[in-house]
Amino acid sequence: MNMSGKKGVLLILVPFALLMTFFFLVPLIHMLISSFSNSDGFTFEHYQEALSSSYILQGFKNSFALSVVSAFIALVVSLLGVYAMTNFSEPVRERLLILSNLTSNFSGVPLAFAFIVLLGNSGLFTLALDSFGWDLSFSLYSWSGLLLIYIYFQLPLSIMLLYPIYYGIQQQWKDAAALLGASRLMFWGKIGLPILLPGIAGTFTILFANAMGAYASAYALTGSNYNLAAIRIGSLISGDIFAQPELASAIAVLLGVIMIIGMLLSEWLIKKTRKDLSKR
Amino acid sequence: MKKFTIVILILIGIYLALPILATALYAFSTEWNKTILPEGLTFEWIRTLFQDARFIEAFGRSVLLSGGAVFISIMFIVPAIFVIVLYFPSLEKWFQASIVMVYAFPGIILSVGIIRFYSGTSLPMILAVMGVYVISVLPFMYQGTRNSLRNVQGRQLMDAAELLGASKMDAFRKVLLPSVYPGLFVSSLLSFSVLFGEFVLINLVVGSQFETVQIYLMTKLSTSGHIASAIVFVYIVLMGILTLVMATLTKKAKGMKRT
Repeated sequence: MNMSGKKGVLLILVPFALLMTFFFLVPLIHMLISSFSNSDGFTFEHYQEALSSSYILQGFKNSFALSVVSAFIALVVSLLGVYAMTNFSEPVRERLLILSNLTSNFSGVPLAFAFIVLLGNSGLFTLALDSFGWDLSFSLYSWSGLLLIYIYFQLPLSIMLLYPIYYGIQQQWKDAAALLGASRLMFWGKIGLPILLPGIAGTFTILFANAMGAYASAYALTGSNYNLAAIRIGSLISGDIFAQPELASAIAVLLGVIMIIGMLLSEWLIKKTRKDLSKR
Repeated sequence: MKKFTIVILILIGIYLALPILATALYAFSTEWNKTILPEGLTFEWIRTLFQDARFIEAFGRSVLLSGGAVFISIMFIVPAIFVIVLYFPSLEKWFQASIVMVYAFPGIILSVGIIRFYSGTSLPMILAVMGVYVISVLPFMYQGTRNSLRNVQGRQLMDAAELLGASKMDAFRKVLLPSVYPGLFVSSLLSFSVLFGEFVLINLVVGSQFETVQIYLMTKLSTSGHIASAIVFVYIVLMGILTLVMATLTKKAKGMKRT
């Protein structure tokens, strides 16, 4: 292809670049700038306010704990689940995956409602347990209730991400290890898990980010009452009376920074495990 | 160990199925306040829902908004992915960087940026949301398009067609596009279903002025449990159909690759 042809083809990239600029980069940069400005110009006051407010810090703490715990539980459970899938033939496994994918779109407001039907104040289980005279003193509208919902939407995603990573482990490797006298446990300890580790770390990061940014389920369940970073942002940006868009911007920037640190950390971890592996 | 993991698999299945089944059952039950199982079954809630003009309109808006965003993505983003994967592979790292950023800045962060930047401008907020939607499905569109281009060895296919005398446009339209079509279609359906369930941006940026199914569901959540469960049921059925179509197409595409 000659140079002018290449230039012509490059023109096709222009609409994409424009969309990316105006509906992603510019709003984010604008938000960053507005988080550092007030009527007088440059200021740190929104960050000072955010970081000195125990209420906002509590929101971050809750979000962080909810994300780490839900990501961890979903990861461990789905690792075991994907491992159990080895007992089935490929067509059965693919059918199981389709079922899991089916639930992966079930999140946000519809999911919150489904849990209200099950465990809400007059939910199915709540009533059933009541009629047995049991009182678990469990509230769906609390941290543990949200944890159940978060685990629900993390599970299918985790299975979807782990399945291809897990099946990247070839049967031949297991056979070779067994031939050389390694037990199943030894295979997983010395070969299987180290190979899976980067993928597992990457999956954990995506699950963590997925939960940190989640807003709809918690909002549908508790309105603005339950204190999460995402909920704080939502109520500060849309609050009818007390809208504080600059403060919302500052919290959103802080949330973005946490996301980026998480991604960089996992990138570093993945590189490090790969290096360690190649040294062996 | 084996038995233990199978039990875990079954428990996962129950955990994932239970909320769906309970909601579906609730959507068809007459009274279900005091007893463990519903007192009777009825189609009343589903019928009421489909006679409700507000729901039909909300459904139409959801389809319009999500479908519109996917359409724009096919028209403007997918050609860019084609060009980069086929002719400028060195630029692919920029695409991948954009995708990581899309993951790092979810709707709750973007909505602040969009409100701050566009609220003073003459651009209608609904179009701003649609623009963000186009960007937020970038990971799905990129993954699907790139994989199918690699599977059919797109570059070689284009070169061969051109060598045989086809113009670039013809080679693209008559040779390349038909062979990557299934993968592209699956990515589009996936993007559509993700956007159809989007709530954060549309609720925070536009709110009730553009009532989508998700926003309509939110208003019904506190007022009528039966109607809300009917909405969720319709939503689940729609997502189920989309998932099955995607699975069938993916399987077909895989079969094509093997032969």
